[in-house]
Parts: sequence; C-alpha cells; structure tokens
Amino acid sequence: MTIGVLALQGAFAAHQQRFADLGIDAPAVRTAQELDGVDALVIPGGESTTMSHLMRTNQLFEPIAARIASGMPVFGTCAGMIMCASDVLDGRPDQRSFGAADLTVRRNGYGRQLASFEVDLDVKGLDSSFHAVFIRAPLAERVGPEVDVLAEHDGVPVLLRHGACTVASFHPELTRDARLHQLFVDSLPASR
Amino acid sequence: MSETGTFPVKRGLAEMMKGGVIMDVVNPEQAKIAEDAGAVAVMALERVPADIRKDGGVARMSDPEMIQGIQEICSIPVMAKARIGHFVEAQILQALDVDFIDESEVLTPADEAYHIDKMAFDVPFVCGATNLGEALRRISEGAAMIRSKGEAGTGNVVEAVRHLRSIIGDMKRLTQADEAELFGWAKELQAPLPLIQEIAETGTLPVPLFCAGGLATPADAALAMQLGADAVFVGSGIFKSDDPSPRAKAIVEATTHFRDADILAKVSRGLGAPMTGIGMDEVNVHYAERGW
Repeated sequence: MTIGVLALQGAFAAHQQRFADLGIDAPAVRTAQELDGVDALVIPGGESTTMSHLMRTNQLFEPIAARIASGMPVFGTCAGMIMCASDVLDGRPDQRSFGAADLTVRRNGYGRQLASFEVDLDVKGLDSSFHAVFIRAPLAERVGPEVDVLAEHDGVPVLLRHGACTVASFHPELTRDARLHQLFVDSLPASR
Repeated sequence: MSETGTFPVKRGLAEMMKGGVIMDVVNPEQAKIAEDAGAVAVMALERVPADIRKDGGVARMSDPEMIQGIQEICSIPVMAKARIGHFVEAQILQALDVDFIDESEVLTPADEAYHIDKMAFDVPFVCGATNLGEALRRISEGAAMIRSKGEAGTGNVVEAVRHLRSIIGDMKRLTQADEAELFGWAKELQAPLPLIQEIAETGTLPVPLFCAGGLATPADAALAMQLGADAVFVGSGIFKSDDPSPRAKAIVEATTHFRDADILAKVSRGLGAPMTGIGMDEVNVHYAERGW
C-alpha cells in the first residue's frame, strides 16, 4: 500500500516528513502517471485556488476524482479538506472539489491570517490531546449524516471521516506529532 | 485555550505558500489576473519596483484604500510592504488585516539602525536578506519568512542567485563546523549563537526561505527553486512584460515542475517579451544594500 502526497503546491514536504517519522516512504504526486503508482493520496495544506488551478492545468482533477470514486483512501488537510468537500462556500466560481466527504465548508471561514490560531484538541482514538495549528482555516458549516466527527473545536467539527476520506481543517503536518498520520495509515484497507 | 499571533501560526502561513508564486500587483485588475493564474498570494503596492526605480524619490507604504480594494477582490492572502524600521506603517497594515507584512528594502528605509520589532505584532513578517547573518538577525527579530533580496525592479536574476547561494552555502558549511567553530561563525555573521547552533544541526533556516528580486521568466523561477528556494516572489517581472497573464501562469507551472525540463520547455514557449531588464553596472541604487 503506497501513500502518495499531492505535491503541486503547499506543505507537501511536511506531510512526507510525518510519514517518514513513521518509517513510511510517501512519494510526491505531480502527474497522472505518478498518481497511478499510489494506493492512497494525501492532499496537503496550501492555497486551494492554486492547487485547484494546477490540478486543472496538469490534467489531474479527473484522474483523482475517478480514483476517489472507485474508493481510493484520501486524507485532506486545510486546502485538502476544501478539495475533498462536497460543497464549498466563498470559493472561486471555477473552483472544483471532489465531493469525497459529505460536508459544506466555507473557505477562510475563521477569517484572515490574524484569526489563525493554535489549540489542543481531544481526538477520538487518541489517548491524549493533539496540538493543532489552524491557518486561514476552512469552517465546516454542514456535516452529512454519514460523516464521523473525530474532533471538534468550539462545537465545530474540525477532524472528520466519511468512508475512506479523512479531512482536517487544521495542519497535522505542521506539528512534530505523527499520530493523525498513523490514524490514517491504520484506516487503510491493507493494514486492517 | 486557543492562541493567535504565535510564531507557529505566523510560520504556518509561510509554510502554506511553499512551492508557490507571490506576485506584485498595483490594482484589483492585476490582483484578479494573479489569482486566476494560480498565485499563492499577492503583494499589494502602488508601484512595482521597476517604476519605483524609474521615478526615484521616497517610496512609502501604499494607500490603505488601494490595499483594501485588492483584499475585496481576491480570496488568496494579501501582503503589503512597510518601510524598514517604520513600525507605525506596520501597525496600520496590521489594522487593515493584511495577511503578511514585507519589511522591504524596496521602500525607502525609515530607520538606519533598527528594523521593526516583529515579535510585537500578531501579523507575520517577511524580510529580505543578502546573507545568512542578515537572515538570522531578521529571524531573531521575529520574521516568519526570509526572502533573498536579489535586486528588485531589474529583471536581472544575478543578485538573487548570489544571495541564495550565499545563504544556503553558509548553512551547508555550518553543518560541517565543530562546536568551537560555531562561536566564530556567530561572531562573523553577527547572529545569535542559538540560531547558529540550530542550523549546524538542521542545515536549514527555522523559517521558509523564498527567493525574490529580479525574477522575470519561468526559467528564473525554476533556477531559484533548484538552488533551494521554497517559493518565489515575482515583482515587476509579470506586469512589466508584454503579456502578463500567460507569463504569470507559466511561472506558476515552472515553480511546481522546477526539475522537469520538458515541462519548463513547454511552458516557456511563446510568452512574448519579458521585461527589458537592466544590467547591474547600470543600477544606480542598490536596494539590497538597505537593511542592517
């Protein structure tokens, strides 16, 4: 089971480092050929408009959408959460998302950079709290009935799972704590 | 409880811009073109460096109205420049809720001894550097991102290359130094010893290192990335070229695929004339020399 990290733009190297902390080699994915070589995909934090643009210009959107539709596990953080959501508010008109998780997110829903914050979260499945960094984060405004909420902040879901799709509105790749990456690895079919 | 304005939160936004292109824009129309082209952020300013260079005189923070016009039209982060040492311009920019402040040598310095105390702000700062010592002094003042200065407004990449090589080269040399030598390095670079010791250990800056100052083509952007930059700023290079939109898009592609010469060849085709540019022997004011 190979986990790839979408490396068009953003904090992809930090995700690769967290997997390396777990002894897992997670190759970068920039092309459709590289996508063919992986069994699961991480969509990192970054600028969602930039990533969405680059997916289009690099003919990656349709192949990723097709793989997700056929069950490929995906882990989206921040911009990656926006890419995975079924509905995006305050996005660009041409911005597309994969709809891997049944939820409505508002881009930069917490506000601009001055509203960015860090906080300790209680996460379902972890023994102790997880320190989370939120950067111009998306806000989950509606969560579908089949979505499992794994963590909340101020009553708003911030870590969720819908089938094979896990999303976080914060950046687990930015803290030197690979437990959420381990949780994702544990959720993969091959390791069950 | 939750905390805002912390160093991890400031550096976090810089991390999110890695692998991207930050574009200088002077009005909402250009901001739209930049966002459409895939920019990760825009730098809102009244004149691009090439025009500041041409016009001369004192260059200051932009009009808040102009900055807000750009904030209204685009959804990506908006940066703005304050003069070196002008902490009141920075206070105003923070009050405007800009996402990043560039304490920039392209504007006329306001203080010839001190840079802004960036720790005192909740908004993150980026600062220019020509060498590792300068970069570390800015980081110790609270900068969350460093950019190599290059020579803004020239369309000439040579200074950006010099500064990147100097910063990255000295970091490589630090990893080879023994404990006793690190004291000498701290003295020579005029930088705090703990930061020197950290780099000797990690081989990298504690904040992202971007490249700026003179980039004008997709190949320039890929050159900066191959030399070890985390992302690039393109100032005059886009909107002083013949056809800004395709050039902006091509530079975005080149920054993503900076090691793939086939893609670089493809995106470099038919972009029209880049900005004319000037040789370093014709430059009368060296912005990179501003800052201490």
